[in-house]
Amino acid sequence: MTVQPIPGTHLFDSAAARKGYALNKMCYSFNDAANREAFKADEDAYCARYGLNEEQRRAVRERNVLALIAAGGNVYYLAKFAGIFSLNVQDLGAQQTGTSVPEFKAKLQSYAKFNDAVKRGELSHG
Amino acid sequence: MAELIGQISTSHVPAIGGAIARRLQQDPYWKPFFDGYPPVRQWLARNRPDVVVVVYNDHGLNFFLDKMPTFAIGAAESYISADEGWGIPIIEPVRGDADLSWAIIEGVIAEEFDVTTCQEMSMDHAVTIPLQLLWPDGPAPVRVVPVSVNTVQHPAPSPARCLKFGQAIGRAIAAFPGKARVLVLSTGGLSHQLDGERAGFINPEFDALCLDALIDDPARLAGYSNHDIVALSGTQGLEILNWITGRGILGGGAAREVYRNYHIPISNTASAVQVLERR
Repeated sequence: MTVQPIPGTHLFDSAAARKGYALNKMCYSFNDAANREAFKADEDAYCARYGLNEEQRRAVRERNVLALIAAGGNVYYLAKFAGIFSLNVQDLGAQQTGTSVPEFKAKLQSYAKFNDAVKRGELSHG
Repeated sequence: MAELIGQISTSHVPAIGGAIARRLQQDPYWKPFFDGYPPVRQWLARNRPDVVVVVYNDHGLNFFLDKMPTFAIGAAESYISADEGWGIPIIEPVRGDADLSWAIIEGVIAEEFDVTTCQEMSMDHAVTIPLQLLWPDGPAPVRVVPVSVNTVQHPAPSPARCLKFGQAIGRAIAAFPGKARVLVLSTGGLSHQLDGERAGFINPEFDALCLDALIDDPARLAGYSNHDIVALSGTQGLEILNWITGRGILGGGAAREVYRNYHIPISNTASAVQVLERR
């Protein structure tokens, strides 16, 4: 059975988990404030300590979220990396979709017209 | 005898924690979201749970990819929260209920759900934010049994498996000889996607279907594959597995929906809260 790919969506599966292990492990270390400081003090040395490959190190240097995901990053761990630069998931969303943050937020806001129908239970039964 | 009094399911978006810390409950962006919780708290005041079984997914605080349990159950006397890297406040440790935890563990393993057991467990925003929403004056006056579901790394457990796992937990709770009023608290969702070119994807129609099916037809959700759910609800929309597991715990046939709120957007997420009682 062939599973249809989902456009614009990268499942964090075994291939990604294997490929991204070092990158995600580094990001996981950012739960600790001392590690965040150590990264800021010397990014390259910190990446080297976790054994990131060249693709991962370039994506880290460029703060490129799609490249980080292509390199095996999982967004839950990448969020800790982004947090070092005070970037939230809307900043990440704007970057990945090639829009400005206000445009990204406006797109989310455009769904608000459905709020009342879902709240009243009128949408799924249509 | 332990008694299941109902299921509360709520979103756990990290930004909520920031809004609580900055007291933004009346801010125009946040008000329609926070206004969904006083009715839930009134229900809690009437129903007074002693124990909360909280079904959630860890986001890289307690579990990393070195050891990623599909299902894990906390069995500690207390649980701490800790720094997750991006600055939402941590809360005071919460009390556990190790007796009930072990009764659940023994019950589900006897039914061939071979869970990971955790005598130490840190709880991330997926637990702390829902507790703060339900008991804003904190600390939560309940004991907690954490149940963690892997929604991070595929393959994740299927919706059908989650429903059955929840039902096994529910049977273990019902058989527990201790006296306790048990609330199921499921967290996460609803539709959202943080990663990829489709970031920002939200699907109100599917959210509505989920909210309705959880009331009286959870088997309908069990019919989906995780790939279907990601396609319909976004990569992180897979957190609906926590709601489905929780619905299994609540058990019984059709439930009664006491309350729901639904609000888009909170950060990148379609947020919701739903209160169900057994009929």
